[in-house]
Amino acid sequence: MPNKPFAITLKPGTSLANLTGTWRTTRPVYLDRLPPCNNACPAGENIQGWLFHAESGDYEQAWRVLVQDNPLPAVMGRVCYHPCEGACNRGQLDSPVGINSVERFLGDEAIKLGWKFNAPATASGKKVLVVGAGPSGLSAAYHLARMGHQVEIHEAGPLAGGMMRFGIPKYRLPREVLDAEVQRILDMGVTLKLNTKVENIALSMKQHGFDAAFLAVGAHIGKRTFIPSGDAAHIIDAVSVLRSMEGEDKPMLGRKVIVYGGGNTAIDVARSVKRMGAEPIVVYRRTRDKAPAHDFEIEEALQEGVMIKWLSTIKQADAGAITVEKMALDDKGYPQPTGEFETLEADSVVLALGQDVDLSLLEGVSGLEIVDGTVQVSPNMMTGHPGIFAGGDMVPSERTVTVAVGHGKKAALNINAWLNDATYEPAPKHELAGFDKINPWYYSDADKTVRPMLDIIRRQTSFDEVQGGLDETNALFEARRCLSCGNCFECDNCYGVCPDNAVIKLGPGKRFKFNYDYCKGCGMCATECPCGAIKMVPEET
Amino acid sequence: MGFQAVKFYQTGTFTVGNRLLAPDERSLQSVETRSNSINSGHRACQGCGEALGARYAIDAAMAESNNQLIAANATGCLEVFSTPYPESSWQVPWIHSLFGNAAAVATGIAAAMKVKGRPEVRVVAQGGDGGTTDIGFGCLSGMFERNDDVLYICYDNEGYMNTGVQRSSATPPAARTATTMPVGPEPGNVFGQGKNVPEIAMAHGIPYVATATVADLRDLEYKVRKAMKMHGARYIHIFVPCPLGWGTASHDTIRMARMAKESGTFPVFEAEYGEVTGVLKIRHKIPVEEYMKPQRRFAHLFGKNAHPETVARIQAIADRNIRKYGLLEDEGN
Ligand SMILES: Cc1cc2nc3c(=O)[nH]c(=O)nc-3n(C[C@H](O)[C@H](O)[C@H](O)COP(=O)(O)OP(=O)(O)OC[C@H]3O[C@@H](n4cnc5c(N)ncnc54)[C@H](O)[C@@H]3O)c2cc1C
Ligand SMILES: Cc1ncc(C[n+]2csc(CCOP(=O)(O)OP(=O)(O)O)c2C)c(N)n1
Ligand code: SF4
Ligand code: SF4
Ligand SMILES: [Mg+2]
Repeated sequence: MPNKPFAITLKPGTSLANLTGTWRTTRPVYLDRLPPCNNACPAGENIQGWLFHAESGDYEQAWRVLVQDNPLPAVMGRVCYHPCEGACNRGQLDSPVGINSVERFLGDEAIKLGWKFNAPATASGKKVLVVGAGPSGLSAAYHLARMGHQVEIHEAGPLAGGMMRFGIPKYRLPREVLDAEVQRILDMGVTLKLNTKVENIALSMKQHGFDAAFLAVGAHIGKRTFIPSGDAAHIIDAVSVLRSMEGEDKPMLGRKVIVYGGGNTAIDVARSVKRMGAEPIVVYRRTRDKAPAHDFEIEEALQEGVMIKWLSTIKQADAGAITVEKMALDDKGYPQPTGEFETLEADSVVLALGQDVDLSLLEGVSGLEIVDGTVQVSPNMMTGHPGIFAGGDMVPSERTVTVAVGHGKKAALNINAWLNDATYEPAPKHELAGFDKINPWYYSDADKTVRPMLDIIRRQTSFDEVQGGLDETNALFEARRCLSCGNCFECDNCYGVCPDNAVIKLGPGKRFKFNYDYCKGCGMCATECPCGAIKMVPEET
Repeated sequence: MGFQAVKFYQTGTFTVGNRLLAPDERSLQSVETRSNSINSGHRACQGCGEALGARYAIDAAMAESNNQLIAANATGCLEVFSTPYPESSWQVPWIHSLFGNAAAVATGIAAAMKVKGRPEVRVVAQGGDGGTTDIGFGCLSGMFERNDDVLYICYDNEGYMNTGVQRSSATPPAARTATTMPVGPEPGNVFGQGKNVPEIAMAHGIPYVATATVADLRDLEYKVRKAMKMHGARYIHIFVPCPLGWGTASHDTIRMARMAKESGTFPVFEAEYGEVTGVLKIRHKIPVEEYMKPQRRFAHLFGKNAHPETVARIQAIADRNIRKYGLLEDEGN
């Protein structure tokens, strides 16, 4: 006892001789459960883990934990559709933690303060070829380099980034941000060969003596559809339009631009065109709620003055005008023609109907399986051809930057194992920390911090970034909204609520342990743990 | 309320501690060097609210008195589970005499310390609701009336638990106990009887009266420390659920206390010289039913032969508390 009371003279027997732990029928155990955010992140980020460090203001450590899984946080904080936030338990209390905005804050801090990746492991002597410097290729290159492999990226284009540069417009992803994060990967010793299109993968591997290859060539061929059109009609695909935005010669589209499609690409084209002073109209055959574009992007486009014609298809394109037919949804929700037509002025028509993969580099490779124009891979990301792995948009996927990054990491882990004649065994997943594991009483009310938006005039006339970032104080606040689902955050509740003093506090960063000599197994600690980091298990008899 | 809400941290106001808080902003119970006034090895039931409440309160009193504290204890679970001769869990000078005279014993200790010129030694008396509101009531009222320099702490588990769950004057209406069985047209404890000792204490005009629960640690510590800073007769009434007597799960003790407060069943307030000076507001109001349903002592009011009219009467009592003490944020006080 630290402070001996003043009046104790006799030495009464202490109750410590009475080991009440023998009463127990269930025992509490500490465990880490899987936070729903981590579970939902396509790049496999340990979100709760990095928020934990951000909460204490240690942003560099937060960033370091983040980049163990994803080397592009500043990009992510701008373009990721953050499925983590959709899964966040806090959403059931007030609103989800602004994970994506904190991620962007960390990414921007890293660029501002020049944080570098840790030096790679000792060289393995193995050489890996990565084809394509999009997010998937960059992610694979980063992880392979960290494991000590020699990595060479062959990129057909003049600059790295893939669709992050030649698809996603500047007003959503400023190029300085992309450049900084790409450069940091190259600084690890990754070789990037630009303007180097791989025509034949087998040949390239053999010529340069690569031990394995990761293919991430994306999907760049704009899908076409048959539209009866006069000779003078100006029809062009969305990817070409967006790509030319990056170059010197801006695309010649005229004033009235029709964008055909309802996905994010259509919205990006329309918003870009608007910024160049034209008047875009998006034509889409179904309704807003059925459109594949994210609703917030549609909303932002509408705010900027983009017109959208829902339930319409293009019947005919001529010089200066198109004819659209109104559609109506049938019982099953499919659009059906109504026979009602309308003419719209149109200097050009941009087709944003999705992209196909250019598979020409795979010619002659044995064992491959191609379904619906995409390359099939097994769960370890390997194609049917040993040593050739693939990921990102060219394999069946949701086609997002984040999925592509996740594929790159997963492929790297498996390539590493394959190079060592081993198989990669992912650690078993922890059980999920669903909302039922949370004791919400303990969390104060705190609404999400909203990121500032650029004013509307500048949004309509410039390619300046639309969405602002958080500053230090509100990033910290946002990080502290995290419930730390399933993972002890040292709130001392178990230590405080045990009626038997059977919880031992091990000190900062060391969490707690149970004293099973006295724990009676009442379970109060487990019930009162805010974040679900304690579980009651039956005592063995 | 008197304790400081912690800003900008997700937790801290409601949790026991928080790794990000400065040490002086943490609760006493979060600190490794807390005095653990009742040591491990005591024989209280699993999940006993009284054992927990007593450690919360006496640790706080120890801290505030610089460990110069003597405790007198009435008969009851707290005494029996902590001190079966020759062992004791108490790590404070502690004296037990009888079921009904803890207040008088404490008065005597306080007088003795005065005579001996030891003003730094402070005195607490403690007992269960039976020992306080029933048999010890005469001694207690005398202690109040004389304004003796004692902090009296009542651990209210709403019944005589130590002797097998009999009714006390703190047992709520309709509750089943060994002496108020759920039979007849009005099953369980009768309505319209019992005592509200915090209000009776206030009527004595003593310097400080407060209620608290084991679910609101910060508030409880604040009140004990505040009481220990004052002199004269002081009274704190702590709500401590009893899993055995109430028929609740051992892990639900704190939850029960929280629901008692959040439903308005148990108003949490403080008063100085007979006037209410602060209340702990309800955060997320719940109906009494939600609080009562998990307790087997109210089981006869639900299910097959339900008594919704009885539940409604208990709800009316809670509503009256809410009105009377201004327990809701917008109702003011
Ligand atoms: C307009 C638009 C907006 C988008 N917005 C978002 C968004 O906001 N958020 C989001 O998550 N996703 C978005 N996406 C999707 C996302 O960009 C892609 O899913 C992602 O970039 C796919 O990554 P990847 O690495 O597989 O391929 P890509 O990014 O397409 O990169 C492939 C790279 O491989 C190169 N390459 C191709 N063939 C060869 C070859 N034979 N030899 C060498 N190099 C080759 C290409 O030049 C390219 O650089 C958007 C897509 C588009 C089109
Ligand atoms: C004069 C006297 N009558 C009866 C008893 C038996 N007895 C011991 S503890 C107790 C009940 C205690 O109830 P309470 O004060 O509420 O404490 P709890 O056990 O509920 O904590 C009784 C009736 C006694 N010890 N002395
Ligand atoms: S509260 Fe935190 S740990 Fe839980 S899901 Fe949200 S971000 Fe993840
Ligand atoms: S009967 Fe009730 S008050 Fe007594 S030790 Fe058990 S839980 Fe605690
Ligand atoms: Mg009692």
